[in-house]
Amino acid sequence: MKWLRSFWDFWYDFVVGDDWRGAVTVVAALIVTAVLVHVAHVNAWWLLPLSIFAALGWSLRRATATRP
Amino acid sequence: MNELALALTVFVACAVEAVEALTIVLAAGLTREWRSTFQGMAAALVVLAIVVAALGPALTLIPISALRLVIGALLAIFGLMWLRKAILRATGHKALHDEASAYLREVAAAKAAERQSRRGVNDWYAFTLAFKGVLLEGLEVVFIVLTFGINQGSIWVAVIGAAAAVIVIAGVGIAARAPLARVPENAMKFSVGIMLTSFGTFWGAEGAGVHWPGSDAALLGLIPAVALVSLGYTVLLRRGSAGSAAVGDPAAAPAAEPAQPSGKPVG
Repeated sequence: MKWLRSFWDFWYDFVVGDDWRGAVTVVAALIVTAVLVHVAHVNAWWLLPLSIFAALGWSLRRATATRP
Repeated sequence: MNELALALTVFVACAVEAVEALTIVLAAGLTREWRSTFQGMAAALVVLAIVVAALGPALTLIPISALRLVIGALLAIFGLMWLRKAILRATGHKALHDEASAYLREVAAAKAAERQSRRGVNDWYAFTLAFKGVLLEGLEVVFIVLTFGINQGSIWVAVIGAAAAVIVIAGVGIAARAPLARVPENAMKFSVGIMLTSFGTFWGAEGAGVHWPGSDAALLGLIPAVALVSLGYTVLLRRGSAGSAAVGDPAAAPAAEPAQPSGKPVG
C-alpha cells in the first residue's frame, strides 16, 4: 500500500503539480471545446486559450492571497 | 514550427532539467562516493531508456488527433505549472530555485546519512540520491522530447536538442565541479512555460476538433499572446506586492529556495 501511495503521489505531483485547479480547468475546457465543435458545430478555438489565461490568473491570485 | 525552433525549445527545457539533476549528482558524488553515484545514474538512465523504448513506439500507433488531445492537455498543464512557478518567483512570492543553496542542502543531508552497502552497491544513499535525481528530471526530458518530437514529426531533432542540452550542462558541470548557480533558471523556466502552454493549447484544441484560424500560423499569434498575458500577470503581481523587492525581469527574485534533501527536485 505504501508503495502504491508513493507511486500515486509521484505521478500526481509530476502531472498535476502544486495546483490541481489548473489541470481541471484545462481538461474541462477541452471537453467543452470538443462538445461545441462536434455537437454545436462551433469552431471554438478561442475557448482553451481564454480558459488557460483565466486559470493562470486564478491560480496566481490564490497563491499570492495565501502567502504574505 | 521549423526544426531550429523545435531544437531550441527542447534544448532550453532540457537544460533546465539537466542543471537540477547535475546539482543532485554533484552533491552525491563529491560528498559520498562517485562509483555508487554513477551506478545510480546508470540505473536511472536504463529505466528512462525502457520508458522511451516502451512509450515511443506506442505513441506513434495512437491516432494523431487523440494523441494531440492528450498530449496537448498534458503540455498545457505542464506549461501552466512552469509559468505559475516562474511568475511567483519573479515577483518574490516564491523564493528562487538557487542551485548553490540546493547543493549545500543536499551536501549537508549526504554528509549526515549513514553509509550502507546493499545489493552490490557500496553506498546506498549516494546510489538512491543520484537515481532519484536523474530519473525525476529525466522523465520530464523524455516527456518533452517525445511530445514535441512526435507531434512535429521530427523526433530526431528533439532528441538532438535534448542530447545537446545534457552534454553541454554535464560538460560545464564536470569542468566547474560545482552547481551551475549562474544559469538564469527562472528566465528559462518562464520561456519554456510560454512554449509548453502555447503548443499544449494549440495541439489540445486541434485534438478536440478545432480548426485554428490560419492553421499553423495561429501559433505566431498564440505564443506572443501567452507571453503578453504572463508578463501582464507578472507586472500586476509586482505592483500588488510593491514594497517587497522590485525586479526588472522574470529571472530576478530576492531570496533563495532551499532544496529538498531527498533528491526530489523542487524545480
